[in-house]
Amino acid sequence: MSGGYYVPATSRWPILGSLALGAMMVGTGIKLVYDTGTPLMLIGMACVITVMGFWFRDVIHESMSGLYDAQMDRSFRWGMGWFIFSEVMFFAAFFGALFYVRTFAIPWLGGEGAKGVSALLWPDFVAQWPVLNPPDSSVAGPDSVLSPWQLPLVNTLILVTSSITLTVAHEALKLGERKTCRNWLAGTVLLGCCFIMIQGVEYYEAYNHYGITLEAGIFGATFFILTGFHGVHVIIGTLILTSMLIRIHKGHFAQDHHFGFEASCWYWHFVDVVWVGLFIFVYVF
Amino acid sequence: MAPKLPPQHSLQHSSTAAAGGHSHHDHAAQPKGILRWVLTTNHKEIGSLYLIFSLTMFFVGGIFALVVRAELFQPGLQLIEPEFFNQMTTMHGLIMVFAAVMPAFTGLANWMIPLQIGAPDMALPRLNNFSFWLLPVAFTLLLSTLLMPGGGPNFGWTFYAPLSTTYAPASTTFFILALHIAGISSILGAINIIATILNMRAPGMRMMDMPLFVWTWLITAFLLIAVMPVLAGVITMMLMDINFGTSFFDAAGGGDPVLFQHLFWFFGHPEVYIMILPAFGIVSAIIPTFARKPLFGYASMVYATAAIALLSFLVWAHHMFIVGLPLTAELFFMYSTMLIAVPTGVKVFNWVTTLFRGSISFEPPMLFALAFVVLFTIGGFSGLMLAIAPADFQYHDTYFVVAHFHYVLVPGAIFAIMAGVYYWLPKWTGYYPNERLAQCHFWCSIVGVNLTFFPMHFAGLAGMPRRIPDYALQFADFNMLSSIGAFFFGASQLMFVLVVVMCVRGGKKAPAKAWEGAEDLEWSVPSPAPLHTFETPPVFNRTHHHD
Repeated sequence: MSGGYYVPATSRWPILGSLALGAMMVGTGIKLVYDTGTPLMLIGMACVITVMGFWFRDVIHESMSGLYDAQMDRSFRWGMGWFIFSEVMFFAAFFGALFYVRTFAIPWLGGEGAKGVSALLWPDFVAQWPVLNPPDSSVAGPDSVLSPWQLPLVNTLILVTSSITLTVAHEALKLGERKTCRNWLAGTVLLGCCFIMIQGVEYYEAYNHYGITLEAGIFGATFFILTGFHGVHVIIGTLILTSMLIRIHKGHFAQDHHFGFEASCWYWHFVDVVWVGLFIFVYVF
Repeated sequence: MAPKLPPQHSLQHSSTAAAGGHSHHDHAAQPKGILRWVLTTNHKEIGSLYLIFSLTMFFVGGIFALVVRAELFQPGLQLIEPEFFNQMTTMHGLIMVFAAVMPAFTGLANWMIPLQIGAPDMALPRLNNFSFWLLPVAFTLLLSTLLMPGGGPNFGWTFYAPLSTTYAPASTTFFILALHIAGISSILGAINIIATILNMRAPGMRMMDMPLFVWTWLITAFLLIAVMPVLAGVITMMLMDINFGTSFFDAAGGGDPVLFQHLFWFFGHPEVYIMILPAFGIVSAIIPTFARKPLFGYASMVYATAAIALLSFLVWAHHMFIVGLPLTAELFFMYSTMLIAVPTGVKVFNWVTTLFRGSISFEPPMLFALAFVVLFTIGGFSGLMLAIAPADFQYHDTYFVVAHFHYVLVPGAIFAIMAGVYYWLPKWTGYYPNERLAQCHFWCSIVGVNLTFFPMHFAGLAGMPRRIPDYALQFADFNMLSSIGAFFFGASQLMFVLVVVMCVRGGKKAPAKAWEGAEDLEWSVPSPAPLHTFETPPVFNRTHHHD
């Protein structure tokens, strides 16, 4: 359908979204620096979420009114694909930091190679991973680390399973079996919630029984930034899948035309793959 | 200068679209006045917004630079406190990189990519508006840090830890959050540009038919999506170190300040190509037009651009030669950096060969493009000198480095932006820019830029460190020349504003094909380009194209 590319009319969501994000950031800054400003942060956050809701509502409405053609569909596909690539690079920065610290920084701190001058500063430091005793005594390391073969393994099984259940749901949608799709999708959301709860329990354990905290040297820092941002992504992914569940329930999505659903699947699989990387490099090795 | 609206015709939309009343043909619903600009989804209006924002920030960042140059006019401390001097060098860099150069290229991309590929608009027009309006929010926040207790960022635009974490002013957290917003803007803008180029080309236009500005922007957008998230990651780690007691960049807890530099430059080196690849594209459009010859070596230009982009991921540590890298790393990054000279040389060769035996005329866009080729190459050569690791031990953090990157950024990126503006102004406004004034702007700029930055080479080679408000007496003459040049260059840019404003208001009328030798699709639409163009995809005619 050449020549029919849909160019939306003016929209107020972009400017409102920008202002909301600005308010949220200013509130966050005031909160962090001056320990006040929480209301502004929360109002900003609520506004960001509200604007996103209205924006997506517009898009869904336009899609349902048949305004989008195959070319539009491809724009969304490219857009979502590259967005996920940007997320991959975001996590790559944290994985890169982890690998750099483990491969270079810690051995050098322990005196290895020509660069080990800091061994003069902290002669007693023993290079090992995980770092239970950080170089300087002013930083308390973790007491011990979590075993990968308990809660983390359970969480791995949960997330991998959830990717499978989501694929089953997607296949069902493609076959037009909406009820099957709804059930498997609901199962996926449930698994996502389980993951988040177990991760919460694990954080509680880490903080209260293992001494793994943000302040616990480089191990705590890399552990929490990687698992923390992953956890945020699982929460967002679960919210996305929940909205897909609502849309399935409302009768949205055609058998052959449901990119909103497909994009959610892409996102979920991405979050799943990141976890597998985390499980291997943060927990096991 | 309200652009003319196209004749009403609703047949191009599906019947549902017309019935839904959502289509942009619904001009009655077009908001008027300022709201029209705030709510717009039109790529031309958003392009103009980007360009106006960028020009404003160019002057803000320029004033910061002039504060620095005023203090450096003579040795000793005359005008400002060293603390404020540091804030000025930092803010000058941040504003020029993130708020002037990058948005200028994005503005040109918004205006020209749909016109050059025959698309009705960007692929995701609402997202496009969002990408723009994040910028004023981000940079209002960033500039406001100057007024905060303890002052604004004072650690240089590269914000090395621990200077930017342990020893930073309180406002650093706001600086980080502002940069996050700007980063979101860049990523979303880049996604939009890639989707537009890959999906919105006129039927029949293959990838290898695209104008080079489109090609270079496609590759730039890829770089942006690959590295802006890494910047987001590294500033997040800073935020954690500052506010949550983590030890990413603190050796006492097992972290490493050098880790910051690796992560920063993994972003930072592709970033400098983000600021130059679209410039290559602009120059590759202008030189063939005014030499009245097709571009020499179109395909090799594409491959060279891609090669530069890929190599940019493998050279980051050449910014860190003196930080204490292992010898193997020094060697690897030295050689990989020198390798970049090969594809860059291909480009310069192609531009020169395009000129060879051409029927050259010297309109303002061509003057800026030619100056680009010569002066960017000088900047490239000083880069090659800096790539030599043992030599860099001497040059590092001296004014030689400042001279190098200002040669690639000012007569490089900024001259190319100005060349592009002069080249496409007739298409935007329907009038030619004032020839005499534009020529005058060019000659003043070229004198100003060389007077400012050429002496910095000598000051740097003689050992003058960068980012220091005072200096030894033997550097006095060089610095006085640089300062005179800087004020002259800065004042000359007011002429640019004058030319643009005059061109918007009137002047010599431009036809659709404003330049005799111009061949790309944008010259097939009327001047000024109507608000909506290519609603029906044009028939792409390959005959005139690059072979």
